[in-house]
Amino acid sequence: MNDSIAIKVDAVSKQYNDHTVALQEVDLEVRRGELFGLIGPDGAGKTTLIRILCSLILADSGRASVEDWDVVKDYRKIRSNIGYMPGRFSLYQDLSVEENLRFFATTFGTTIRANYDLIKDIYVQIEPFKKRKAGKLSGGMKQKLALSCALIHKPKVLLLDEPTTGVDAVSRKEFWEMLKQLRDKGITILVSTPYMDEASMCERVALIQEGRIMDVASPEEIIRKFDKELLAIRTNKMYQLIGDLRQMEQTHSAFPFGDFVHLATREKIDETSLRQYLRDKGHTSIQMKPIEPNIEDCFMDLMI
Amino acid sequence: MRTIVFLLRKEFLQIFRHRIMLVLIFMMPLIQLIILANAADYEVDNIRLYIVDRDGTQASQRLVGLFEASEHFEILGYGQNPEAAFNSIQGNETDLFMDIPAGFEEQLSEGGPAAMQVSVDAINGVKAGVSNGYVQAILQGFAMAYAKELAVVEPGTAQPGQLGIEYSNWFNPDLSYDNFMVPGILVLLVTLVGMFLSSMNIVKEKEIGTIEQINVTPIRKYQFIIGKLAPFWIIGLLELSFGLIVGKVIFDIPFVGPLWLIYLFAGVYLITVLGIGLLISTITDTQQQAMFLAWFFLIIFILMSGLFTPIESMPEWAQRITDFNPVAYFVDVMRLVLLKGSGFSGIQPHLRVMIIYAILINALAVLNYRKASS
Repeated sequence: MNDSIAIKVDAVSKQYNDHTVALQEVDLEVRRGELFGLIGPDGAGKTTLIRILCSLILADSGRASVEDWDVVKDYRKIRSNIGYMPGRFSLYQDLSVEENLRFFATTFGTTIRANYDLIKDIYVQIEPFKKRKAGKLSGGMKQKLALSCALIHKPKVLLLDEPTTGVDAVSRKEFWEMLKQLRDKGITILVSTPYMDEASMCERVALIQEGRIMDVASPEEIIRKFDKELLAIRTNKMYQLIGDLRQMEQTHSAFPFGDFVHLATREKIDETSLRQYLRDKGHTSIQMKPIEPNIEDCFMDLMI
Repeated sequence: MRTIVFLLRKEFLQIFRHRIMLVLIFMMPLIQLIILANAADYEVDNIRLYIVDRDGTQASQRLVGLFEASEHFEILGYGQNPEAAFNSIQGNETDLFMDIPAGFEEQLSEGGPAAMQVSVDAINGVKAGVSNGYVQAILQGFAMAYAKELAVVEPGTAQPGQLGIEYSNWFNPDLSYDNFMVPGILVLLVTLVGMFLSSMNIVKEKEIGTIEQINVTPIRKYQFIIGKLAPFWIIGLLELSFGLIVGKVIFDIPFVGPLWLIYLFAGVYLITVLGIGLLISTITDTQQQAMFLAWFFLIIFILMSGLFTPIESMPEWAQRITDFNPVAYFVDVMRLVLLKGSGFSGIQPHLRVMIIYAILINALAVLNYRKASS
């Protein structure tokens, strides 16, 4: 076995009882000490993959291992060595911050003090509220508590299922900073997210869609591989603009990004004739500029 | 073992975090015992009686006097005309009328059977049955006394030794309703704690999603199950103790048999009931579903437990169903031990059934729990 591989997924497929195909022949390798992002829209199979790795559900076929422990055979080893944070807040809402942390420490046969070093940076932020019930915490604080609880037994691998969903922008940024610090302490982290902009925080990302891995690369590589021309366009009729752009023959894709629509074309498009086309369609105050692709552009491109 | 201790600590912390739980656990027996034991009463008083005495003799007057003296009856009217009496039943003015025909005394003194008619308004079946019982008792007493006197006056008349049945209520000599009801209500309390609280508690982990987090810890399934059921086993026994104290202090129910037998049986019984709770929690996903299902079982168990209606008077098929009703066994054991003073051998058959039941139900629940969570 390869020393440098922390998580290995080999041709894993999973189908649910209602015949929804969650994963199809998924292959994936996460290196030891890596902050790895699993990025994809809702329903892509991210949660299923993470739950298989946690030994919570069984794959229909294929093999998966975490730290060389098979998820089926060695599930008990896995459970003592991973930290898992489900997408939904799943700590005891009627227990206080401190009680939750202590309870999860004891279930792993350890104490808060023994592993305080690891969680210190995170826990100090919620320590002032340690007597407060977990259910009464704000979203960002709940997430920090959940992370503390997932870390309390010093896991080798952290599996985080959409930890930033439903959290405000500042807390999200803080959270990613915390993950980077944990990675620097040598913990392998697999984190799933539907937010494509978060990909740039990871060392490598896998793009997952409809149960298949579309691409695995570093964020820089993914941007480098982008082979389309990009224009950012803005007019007075933004909604109509998307439709109008998509009708054009040269258009590969047109998606709204903030105040602009990003138009991707295979060939460089002539801006003057495009302006004319838009004016004919009734647009005014037209702005357009060529731009460098960001990670989201690349994902949108890969996904269509 | 240590893990189980930690789980128990967490459970008790959560259970008693909600102050309402503490209040409920100690107020419930008190309130239920006081309300149910006093309100749900089999005795029927103030039965409205209309008397038609067409005989008008000493014998008939004596019989009427017996009814007048009874605390159960309220004499609404006297008359000569059965028609009028019947109309008063029709008009819902009377519950019951008694028609003593002419020649009543004559028939009696000849030693032959004397005919008379009693009509009961049977819209309320229970009331009618009970009223009928009272009437029978008075008539029987009257007939016996009369026959005896007759025998003294004219030896030989009451000859071919008429068999009189005399009832005496053993183990509950004054037919005290409290003695009968209170032990049964205690069973209900213990059952409620065992079935409702345990099933809801486990389902709550599923509903809120905490089970996800528990499942990725090294906690084993058996540890989790024991950690979930043990607190309610303990609370159930505490509840029973508190209920017994209330029963003794307020209702002065007798403790004829040994109390440890009650606890022995309750211990096994609670394991059965907790097993049912666990089973319910494996087939439901939300507390609402669990509550509904637990209620379904509980209603059947309670109504067919022999607490409110005697099992012996149920149709054959229903009696077979009660063979599977754990509540019925515990109600029976409570009465046997507390009122009758049965020893271990007296409740051994019940205990044997309950042990088998406990093993079967829990095996089923654990199997189903595994299947549901794999």
